[in-house]
Parts: sequence; C-alpha cells; structure tokens
Amino acid sequence: MDIALTDLLLEYLPILIFLGVAIGLSVVMVGGSYIAAHQKPDPEKLSAYECGFDAFEGSRAQFDVRFYLVAILFIIFDLEVAFLFPWAVALGEIGVFGFWSMVVFLGILTIGFVYEWKKGALEWE
Amino acid sequence: MIVQGLVFYLFAAIVVVSGVMVISARNPVHSVLFLILAFFNSAGLFVLMGAEFLAMILIIVYVGAVAVLFLFVVMMLDVNFVQLREGFLQYLPVGGLIGIILFVELLLVLGGAGVTVEGAPANALAAPMPAANVTNTEALGALLYTKYVYLFQAAGMVLLVAMIGAIVLTHRTRPGVRRQNISDQVGRRREDGVELKKIQPGQGA
Repeated sequence: MDIALTDLLLEYLPILIFLGVAIGLSVVMVGGSYIAAHQKPDPEKLSAYECGFDAFEGSRAQFDVRFYLVAILFIIFDLEVAFLFPWAVALGEIGVFGFWSMVVFLGILTIGFVYEWKKGALEWE
Repeated sequence: MIVQGLVFYLFAAIVVVSGVMVISARNPVHSVLFLILAFFNSAGLFVLMGAEFLAMILIIVYVGAVAVLFLFVVMMLDVNFVQLREGFLQYLPVGGLIGIILFVELLLVLGGAGVTVEGAPANALAAPMPAANVTNTEALGALLYTKYVYLFQAAGMVLLVAMIGAIVLTHRTRPGVRRQNISDQVGRRREDGVELKKIQPGQGA
C-alpha cells in the first residue's frame, strides 16, 4: 500500500466515522421507536389526519419547462466553476499559457452568458 | 489495511444494490433518489482510489445538478409509469446484451489485452497518484490547461452549445406579460403622463 494514499485516506477517516455515527444513530432512533413504543393500530389512527381527506390524485403535476431551463443553465456554470478549481491550484506551475487558456474558456462561456441574458432566459416574467 | 477493504466492499455493495433499485423501483422519483445514493457511494469509491478531486466533482456536479435535473425531467414527463413498466421483461434481452458488451469492453481495457494507447505507460490505469507530494487536484491542473488545451477548449465549446441549445429548445417569450423596463420607466417624462386642461368656470369638464 502506497504511503501517500494511506495518508490521504486517514484524512477522510473522520468523515467515515461521522457517517457511521449518523447511520447508527438514525437506525437506533427509528428502530428504538418501533421496539419500545406501544403500538396499537386501528383504522382511525392509520387513516389520513383527522381534518384532512384522501388525496384525489398523484401529487406529480406537470410543471413549467422554465424550471428545467434554469437547472440546465445552472449545471453549465457549475461545470465552469469545477474547471476553475484545479486551475487555481496549479496556476503557479502552468504559467501564462495556462492562464490565458482559462481566459479563452471563460470567454467562450461568457458569449453564452451574454446570449442568454439578451435572450431573456434569465428572467422569470 | 483491512478497514480499507471493508469500506470498499461496503461502498461497492451499496452501489450495486442501489443500481438495481434504480431500474426496479416502482416510483420514478425513488429511482432518482437511489441514483443519488449510487453517486454518493461511487464518490466514496473514488476517494478510496485516491481520486479525491473526482469524488468531490461527482458530488457537486452529479448529485448537486444532474440528479436535480433528472428529478425535474421525471416530474415534467406526463407518462403513466405503470403502463411503461409493463414492457420491462420485453426489453430485458436487448438491455442484457448491451450490459454484457460494456462489461467485456471494460474487461478488455482493464486487462489491457491487445490494447496499447500510443504514448501511455503500460500500467497507467494502475497508477492514479502521480507522486507522493502532489495532490490530485494539482496534478490535474498541471495537465489539463496546457497539455490538453484543445480538449479543454472543446469542452468549453460543448458547454456553449448546450447552453444555446437549451435556450433555443425551451425558451418561449410569452405575449402579454407586463415586465419591468427600467429605461422606459426612467425615461418617462411629465408631458407623457400628465395633461393639464384649462376649464372655464361654469362649463364643466
């Protein structure tokens, strides 16, 4: 086993422990209420809440395509930011060429940004 | 390290189980949620391989954005999913065939049987960590923006095409919407809105 990899994984050990504690705690809470609680179901208890009524139809209504547009535009800029992280870390090594290569990339995406702004895709109306 | 092995099998088992649940869950929204679980556990597998940047990107991009997009698509489609599911067994042979082909291809790449990429070291797949003191993100950054600059710019072009395509396909200007127009509002003059009329006494308006 590589020493560097082991060190890297040790950095993530707290997250693993945290995950274990979170899962264990939620299992204990849900399972404990199943075991310890006094359960005596009857039709009135199991039905919809007393002043409500059964749903008429599924809650999945069709909704506006503009949500989709906002989501897809978000993904694109999300990816753009994801490209910025390694660039920022390695900027000292890659020099002027690397800097301008990112500027060209950002310029291409800025063209798209200007397009969507002018087209009114960012406005909700 | 035995802990590492155990964690690997835990993550891998959850990925496989949630992958099966994605295609077998009755409710499509549950399918997407299982897909998100699979993404999280694959991120865990990436971390185990030492590819921490890819793991974080998987969570940010796939869980944060792509899965939300899937949820939107699932909510937007007005399809009767029970009806759709009836042909499930009918597509099983075709889907199974594609799965087997992909699996064989994966084996060929990993086994390196007869596959040699020009310029790549023989066991490049087995060495994700370039050096002991270079972090993952730094190693990516040192290559991506200089050596692979054309691919990087091509990625920018693909994103641009995706952006314009999404706008062209889904953006409609609705008629009859009263939106705010600041330059019109600021440019409005007193003469446009107010009219003074001189009314003589006793004549009425």
